[in-house]
Amino acid sequence: MLNRRTLISSSLAAFAVAGTACAAPERSGGDPRTMLLADGYEPSSLNPLLGYARAGAAKFYDGLLAFDGNGRLHPALAEEQPTPTDGARTWTVRLRRDVRFHDGGPFRARDVVATYRAAVDPAYAATISSGLSMLEEVEAVDEHTVRFRLNIPYAPWPARMVMGILPASALAEAVPQGESPINTQPVGTGPYRLAEWRRGERMVWRAHENYWGGTPRISEITVVFATDDNTRAQRVQAGEFDGTVLPPLLAERVGSGSYRTVHHDTADYRAITLPADQPVTGDPAVRMALNLAANRSEMVDSLLGGHGEPAYTPIPESMGRFHEPEAKLEFDQRRARQLLDEAGWRAGSDGIRTKEGTRASFTVMYFADDTLRKKFAQAFASDAGKVGVRVELAGVDRSEAAERIGTDAIVLGGGSPLDPDLQMYSGLHSSMIGTGTYRNPAKYRNERVDSALDAGRRTVEPAERARHYKAAQRAYVADPGLVYLAFIQHSYVVRTGMWDGYEPVVEPHTHGTTWGPWWNVEKWTPKE
Amino acid sequence: MNSRVWTVRRRSRAGAVAGLVVRRVVLAVPVLLLVSLAVFLLAAASPFDPIHQYYGVRIFDASAADVASVREQLDLDRPVLARFWDWLSGILSGDLGMSRSMRAPVADVLARRLPWTLLLACCGLALAVVFSLVIGTVAAWRQGGWTDRLITAVGHALEGIPPFVVALLAIALFSLGLGWLPVAGLTDAGSSLGPAQVIEHLVLPAAVLGISQSPWLVLHVRQSLLTAFTEDHVTGARARGVRERVVVARHALPTALLPFVTLIGARIPELVTGAVLVEEVFSWPGVASAVVTAARAADYPLLAILTLLATAAVLLGSLLADVAAVLLDPRVSADG
Repeated sequence: MLNRRTLISSSLAAFAVAGTACAAPERSGGDPRTMLLADGYEPSSLNPLLGYARAGAAKFYDGLLAFDGNGRLHPALAEEQPTPTDGARTWTVRLRRDVRFHDGGPFRARDVVATYRAAVDPAYAATISSGLSMLEEVEAVDEHTVRFRLNIPYAPWPARMVMGILPASALAEAVPQGESPINTQPVGTGPYRLAEWRRGERMVWRAHENYWGGTPRISEITVVFATDDNTRAQRVQAGEFDGTVLPPLLAERVGSGSYRTVHHDTADYRAITLPADQPVTGDPAVRMALNLAANRSEMVDSLLGGHGEPAYTPIPESMGRFHEPEAKLEFDQRRARQLLDEAGWRAGSDGIRTKEGTRASFTVMYFADDTLRKKFAQAFASDAGKVGVRVELAGVDRSEAAERIGTDAIVLGGGSPLDPDLQMYSGLHSSMIGTGTYRNPAKYRNERVDSALDAGRRTVEPAERARHYKAAQRAYVADPGLVYLAFIQHSYVVRTGMWDGYEPVVEPHTHGTTWGPWWNVEKWTPKE
Repeated sequence: MNSRVWTVRRRSRAGAVAGLVVRRVVLAVPVLLLVSLAVFLLAAASPFDPIHQYYGVRIFDASAADVASVREQLDLDRPVLARFWDWLSGILSGDLGMSRSMRAPVADVLARRLPWTLLLACCGLALAVVFSLVIGTVAAWRQGGWTDRLITAVGHALEGIPPFVVALLAIALFSLGLGWLPVAGLTDAGSSLGPAQVIEHLVLPAAVLGISQSPWLVLHVRQSLLTAFTEDHVTGARARGVRERVVVARHALPTALLPFVTLIGARIPELVTGAVLVEEVFSWPGVASAVVTAARAADYPLLAILTLLATAAVLLGSLLADVAAVLLDPRVSADG
């Protein structure tokens, strides 16, 4: 199958110039109670059990807790902050009483119980089950109280409570969720319900009149799906949409006149794994040298147009109290060469180092359809080459990557600002090795990191938790096992002058129209 | 007497056509079976693992144990022939199965999308036929003149340009440049579904599909008209002083039409692939754009049905062309 995206992007790039010549006309029939957005990505399912809007901001659903935009969780379907007991093994949640599902049914404890049970019951084949492996049992204490019992003390449990809640009736039958009607006809408690979905084209959200948070003032939102970045940019420029998600540089070009560009901080990192059991990438000197050799600020400037932050560990500055500013690896290629020399990696005639017959050479894979990851791989390869390490690049598809990930390096991406545990544990804790393809794919082992991460899980008190995660970051940079390169900002264009209510947000890996400027669109109001 | 001969001849023609249809339909059954089996085998051999489609990005934090259990729940480890058999027996009992990539029953996917593809393809084809008859005739009529040279040159150039490039050019010109027509979709982003909206949105994709299919047809009409001009009955008519317009329309064109009908039948496969690309570019919510998604997801039930439909369209196209040929021209014998 031909690579449609590249094909279309490259040919449209030529026409983009023609597009910029058009002035943006006023929005036709500009009723501020409706909104029209374009998204580059169409979800394949709207079922929370198959991962729809797992990081919150689910529009059709509410979780027990919701994200406040600044790394904190606040009660949503829960009436108040959940209380841990038994050393963070038991979590009791009191539920709101005034909540109704889109189908009119009342929201009760049994719905929460059914949703979480289905999420971990193999018969439902939910794709989010792995994130809930610590859940032992969930039960309804009474009609409006649920209790979660965990098999380990797990302080980050609230981060698992943003998952959308389905009505128990939709889960009565234990069938693989791939076949559930919820995938295309969502029933939730969220601020919007799905009014129409023409697959491959558009989706219409209509305000939920009985929403417990008050009926949203923007009564209808249409999301049009247009995969190609340039097409979306042109259509926004033609005045067709009220906003869209775009790559940073394109967003800046479009975001003028009646539009503006916003860039959101994220916990969305890009990193190169260094498989620990390979002769080259497993050598601590090589690992440190590559970390010193990577010119992260240059990558942020040239690949992201400045819209990102250098990354040294998985915890970005935007995660505030959990970020350790001292956990840094300064760019210093001279020091990198010196380290390699000292470790016995001698430069050969072709500039590539060798040690005891082993050439300092390895392969970095990237997903062939992701141009940004390809660019990061190329930039990394070029920096590695400057200190005498040869990096071969391989564009692969996901199945091939899964097969080779144990032996070859890969450009990794992901992130969620909800909790540092989500950012670090499955990526760096040694107990994760071998439990799943993308769980600690570099097979990183560091006892100090392990114990700090374990302590972070067990500790409920916020300041003390933050101390553990800072310690974990310091221990990691002393013995790095990946090369974290950057946190990428997500960029959007939004129409100005029609609505109030925009609030910036720190975003997870997910982006698009459920997140972005519209993460709290249910609270927006038309301008007078 | 004359009329009796005609009746007899017509009856034998009708018989021949019926025989042709029956033979082709009988032949179509094993062809369709083999094609769908091939789809299953190819999808099984493709590098795309359906579990990745089921999980999406969730695969990144899934544990191996959970993935294995889901694999089992979804029956993904069943041998491909067993799955083919399940699918086939489902089809025969009227159950088209579930589409994994669309997360909906295949029957629903088809019911929602097929009409839009049929609308687009039929309009595109009709446009291509009318357009190429007119332009091809003009070119042949003005053979050697600048009109002819222009048409021939553009025709040859268009042959080499894939439909999606034509589509992007058309968008750049008519939507973005002139602002006459909407860029994509079935309706304006905020509008509800109505005939006026759909027609407005259909114009550009149908025109692109039609135009991208027409160069072969135009050049063909031109060529066979030129050949027809040299035939005796045409030169005779010209010699008799019949007006040029009448010569072209009454004498030359009918002779040229016959191979044209066959060619249209032969163009159906190109029409199908053209529709895939055009639907993608114009976000047209038809079945053709679903082919790409289904293929990448190794979504057997949807992929197999869509391939079957495409194959059936091709078989039907060539059958209709042959039937038309038999009916139009007494010199053509039905195969067999």
